[in-house]
Amino acid sequence: MATADDTPVGRRLRSVKHIIIVCSGKGGVGKSSVSTQLALSLRASSPHARVGVLDVDLTGPSIPRMLGLDGHAVHQSSDGWVPVYADGGEARLGCMSVGFLLKRREDSVVWRGPKKNAMIRQFLADVRWGELDYLVIDTPPGTSDEHLSLVEHMAPVHARVSAVIVTTPQAVALLDAMKCLSFTRATAIPVLGLIENMSGYLCPCCGEISNVFSTGGGEEMARREGLRFLGSLPVDTELVSLLDAAQAENPESVEQLGDGGSARSFQLLERYQKTSTAPLFKAIVDKLLQALPPQVTSIENTGIEAA
Amino acid sequence: MIALQQSAPAPDPLSVPSNAPEHCPGTESELAGKADACAGCANQEICASGQARGPDPALPLVRQRMSSVRRKILVLSGKGGVGKSTFTAQLGWAFAADEQLQTGIMDVDICGPSIPTILGIASEQVHASSSGWSPVYVQDNLGVMSVGFMLPSSKDAVMWRGPKKNGLISQFLKDVDWGELDYLVIDTPPGTSDEHLSIVQYLKESGIDGAIVITTPQEVALQDVRREIDFCRKVGIRVLGLVENMSGFVCPNCKNESQIFKPSTGGGRRLAQDMGVDFLGAVPLDPRIGKSADYGISFLDEYPDSPASAAYLDIIDREFSIFRCLLFEKSHVHRDQAKARKLSRSHIL
Repeated sequence: MATADDTPVGRRLRSVKHIIIVCSGKGGVGKSSVSTQLALSLRASSPHARVGVLDVDLTGPSIPRMLGLDGHAVHQSSDGWVPVYADGGEARLGCMSVGFLLKRREDSVVWRGPKKNAMIRQFLADVRWGELDYLVIDTPPGTSDEHLSLVEHMAPVHARVSAVIVTTPQAVALLDAMKCLSFTRATAIPVLGLIENMSGYLCPCCGEISNVFSTGGGEEMARREGLRFLGSLPVDTELVSLLDAAQAENPESVEQLGDGGSARSFQLLERYQKTSTAPLFKAIVDKLLQALPPQVTSIENTGIEAA
Repeated sequence: MIALQQSAPAPDPLSVPSNAPEHCPGTESELAGKADACAGCANQEICASGQARGPDPALPLVRQRMSSVRRKILVLSGKGGVGKSTFTAQLGWAFAADEQLQTGIMDVDICGPSIPTILGIASEQVHASSSGWSPVYVQDNLGVMSVGFMLPSSKDAVMWRGPKKNGLISQFLKDVDWGELDYLVIDTPPGTSDEHLSIVQYLKESGIDGAIVITTPQEVALQDVRREIDFCRKVGIRVLGLVENMSGFVCPNCKNESQIFKPSTGGGRRLAQDMGVDFLGAVPLDPRIGKSADYGISFLDEYPDSPASAAYLDIIDREFSIFRCLLFEKSHVHRDQAKARKLSRSHIL
């Protein structure tokens, strides 16, 4: 791996300590919501932690809305694209998504593989993240162009890449999660663990817990496959509304925020920490931090365990 | 009689290395054979000569095969996990309940095929015969084709880039012995990418009767669905209507309804209004729907009295009446499609 750092991606990501890919074979299981929560929790995990979120779901970007950054645009600097910061001047939570590049929200990105590949390479090579402790990468469903491109372009920093698999408990979703696991094994990316999302729903009316999408399937799969089970998250309507409505009501306010930052949207973190999911997620992040490979300084020290 | 190429053996989706050439500009591109990435490619000369830019040789075969299919319906949604496959399966079962009708379901979600599991035929395999690949039959008037039947084990991931996925989709359309079909329902993966473009291009000449778009009520899903409707308009597919799935949850204990996925921006109904498409109905979230899908049984047959079944049947009834109307407008729709296509060609990348 002598030429390891020589690609533009390698050079750019040299200043990133950990790269965490959030994936799942199935769509709509909560990858973006987990990515968002992961970024928020990691940022809160230490007073100086710097986190980046990269949304490579090119045809269905959801991260901007969840972080309350709908309608922002990306700025160009001499040193590359400036990420949009969710916490304004503090600039400890940066975000990049194709959603920031669209003129209108409802514009569809109808791209075949080669164009997606080029976009992902640009995202990895051209975004001026600066020093980052964690780069969380949200992926689209499936195991196709986006995923292969990610893995290919990140080959120079492979030792710092790990994955988190998100699933819901029903069999149909677990089937796709298995495919995702096979993908991480084929590409030798260590899996930090598995999160079971939408596991049970607490009726706001009578407090009865219903297993809307069944329950326990994720834990069972983790045991069978020898994965670390990071925890299960029930459906939290409060959280759904928080991430869904994240401050999009006021399109005019976007103007005055300027410079890719927004102080207002960072009420999001405060509000997030009040939801009932936040403490559950904190436990997940704690487990996840333990699972992270120790900070590697030399490339030779690979963190490949799952191979 | 269909002009047959020799019967293609069912492919092994895992036999191909996942690292297909990365910077290929695509054979239809202006740069085909001329881009930097083409240097050293075995097919560079063919691409550069412009031969590859001509119409896909599969097109006439697809047209021939599809000439015996009366209606082709796409089930779409920009967002994943909203219930496309579940809805497709219910629609298939509902059509097949009429013994006079022949129905086919084609699953073009190559990386995450769920249709075999939902229909309870996950362990089946595709057989090749002299007239093509035989679909897997759920019952004698409901045939299914999915990449799921071709994998040695359900764990295996299909790690394909676009061109390989397109190849398989064209084979599904030209090599599968669908026979005479009244309805072909096509289940798609989330997004607006290779699979969607391919299916539209391959079926351009045969005509797609329309698309049913599925959403859930929350804005994060609606955003993606807006993009999907935008896509349909760009490529000239008629949107037959919008279905809102997982709309409200009735607690089995206290029977009160609550919104798991809150329609913070008006939900599917409002979206349908804003985008000028028909709203076909809302299906409540019922845990038994997911369970039925896991076990591969028909929810409609199993729980005919549940509110969700009533909602499904209502929507399917509406679709039937739309199809009846379609008969009369067909020529009209084709003209519109041609016009839309001309307008939008420049927008599709």
